[in-house]
Amino acid sequence: MSRSALPIRIPLADALLASLLAWSGCAAAQAVNGAAPMTVSQVASGVYVHIGALEDWTPAHGGDVANLGFVVGSRCVAVIDTGGTPAVGLALRAAVQRTTPLPVCYVINTHAHPDHILGNIAFVDAAEPPPRFVASANYSGALAAREPYYLNALRRDFDIALTHAAIVYPSLGVDAVLDLDLGDRVLTLQSWPTAHTDNDLTVYDRRTRTLFASDLLFAQHLPVLDGSLRGWLTVMAALKRLDVAIVVPGHGAIASDWPAAMDAQADYLSGLLSDTRAALRDGLTIQQAIERVGIAPAAHWLLTDRFHRRNVTVAYAELEWEDDDSKLSPQTRPGPSRARSRANPSRADGG
Amino acid sequence: MNIAPIARACRSAAGVLLLFALCVGARAEIRAEGNPEASPIWQKVRASLFQSRPIAAASDELISLDAPTRAEDAAIVPISIRTRLVQTPARYIDKVYLIIDNNPSPISAIFRFTQLSGRADIETRVRVDDYTHVRAIAETNDGRLYMVTRFVKASGGCSAPPSKDAQAAQATLGRMKFRVDGDASGKQPVLAQLMISHPNDSGLAMNQVSRLFTPAHFVRQVNITYAGELVLSADVDFSISENPNFRFYFVPRGDGELKAEVIDSEDLRFESALPYRRHD
Repeated sequence: MSRSALPIRIPLADALLASLLAWSGCAAAQAVNGAAPMTVSQVASGVYVHIGALEDWTPAHGGDVANLGFVVGSRCVAVIDTGGTPAVGLALRAAVQRTTPLPVCYVINTHAHPDHILGNIAFVDAAEPPPRFVASANYSGALAAREPYYLNALRRDFDIALTHAAIVYPSLGVDAVLDLDLGDRVLTLQSWPTAHTDNDLTVYDRRTRTLFASDLLFAQHLPVLDGSLRGWLTVMAALKRLDVAIVVPGHGAIASDWPAAMDAQADYLSGLLSDTRAALRDGLTIQQAIERVGIAPAAHWLLTDRFHRRNVTVAYAELEWEDDDSKLSPQTRPGPSRARSRANPSRADGG
Repeated sequence: MNIAPIARACRSAAGVLLLFALCVGARAEIRAEGNPEASPIWQKVRASLFQSRPIAAASDELISLDAPTRAEDAAIVPISIRTRLVQTPARYIDKVYLIIDNNPSPISAIFRFTQLSGRADIETRVRVDDYTHVRAIAETNDGRLYMVTRFVKASGGCSAPPSKDAQAAQATLGRMKFRVDGDASGKQPVLAQLMISHPNDSGLAMNQVSRLFTPAHFVRQVNITYAGELVLSADVDFSISENPNFRFYFVPRGDGELKAEVIDSEDLRFESALPYRRHD
């Protein structure tokens, strides 16, 4: 990792006062005390990555569980995800400042999950022009729907009291592809159809062919499904075609063997798809499917107890809507019981 | 249809908002199971639904409630309510209430059964984001109340109740699927499943551009008939998961049509029908 020769600039309480006002005294104290730079590695020229703990988003690791990164151009810096608490964001910002004197011009959020985005507020600074916050066009809606639950979980589990003011929403939405110029360096941002979530965004550094896949790729950490299983497999097939030298997953170690780096995840998700379809074909209820659908014994995923049952739940709720006739055979239902549905809504009479 | 006053209240948006306000005011933080009776939200819900009527602890012979000890996914928590009482004219379960204390709207569903239900069992999926008591309360035709309670721990991590694919949910709004399982002899109650494609939005999210709250849009009533006679009626709200899913029983007396009528909070009405013949 390259260290800047310039004086280390640690965010001071003064500079952050405006943004900290929204926090409780407790959270603010934690944040300022915890603003030592986090560990980052330079994985390619000007591309820095922090590997989060391979754990669920809990206080045990201070919410520092997602992989974060930043890319340095000749003019400015783009930050890719900001961590699971404001304190993690401050530590990331300190790491940026230790690395380069250039300002942060973009903060990119790869999807609206708390472990990736709650550090955003650390990049809002009364003393400097704010960076542009960038995310998928679907991101704001997804985050708005989840924000009350994230704030509740922060208060309940982390003892961090934040308000709406501490949740930073993007000012730039990506609905297909967007290039961001950092000065002699272009990042290509791409939003994807529903896969891990309905607002997944990847970041590709053209110069080093580094792909920040975020949670479209899990390594070691069991993949977590919060969008569409079939959609995710389709998106992975499209990702394979990218020219990638280094891939940074959302969780777990970086890799350079592209697209083989996706093989383990593809095996897991394909198995989840076929086993859940089989459970549906056998007429199992969602509870029964959760009990039955397992993981291939050869797989060495972490956090299976925490996430596998959840994945089966989500997969079942998606796949039960597949057309029975084309995908689920043989028919197990007795009698001539094919539904005739009319999906044309009509106004009810007076409710 | 004879619907209880509280169910009638739930049928109007005003009623829902009233119950919502009543209960959010008392929203409590609980992480440990504690005494289910001491839950302040339950005390309010109890007063509004049942006044001072006695509620007995249910024995497994009457009603049982299956819920996971931890919500794996906050958006989809399977709930199974089983009853052991054969529905006869002399004695039957008239209603089953599903209460989730710490949800934004705790009165999640009121299911009304008839003798043609055969069994007053119901399976569905609910949203549970916080540590909460979940209750099933059976009301028999003689007006007695029996309650069973389970404590469900909140899910962790990135799981939250809202839609997993907001655009897709809108695109298939109102699509329905029926499925019928089990014995078709016409002597035993038959298990059926109704799936309704609907976002079942709580309306609790603020639009970040307009700064307005998105209007709630959720299924509020489901009526299921067989051969023209009611087998299940449910007053429900956004505690039920996206794409509401109900498994229930009915007694197929002769050939007929299993029919669902679904009405949502915007007064949209959806219908689906399934011809069903017995195998005699």
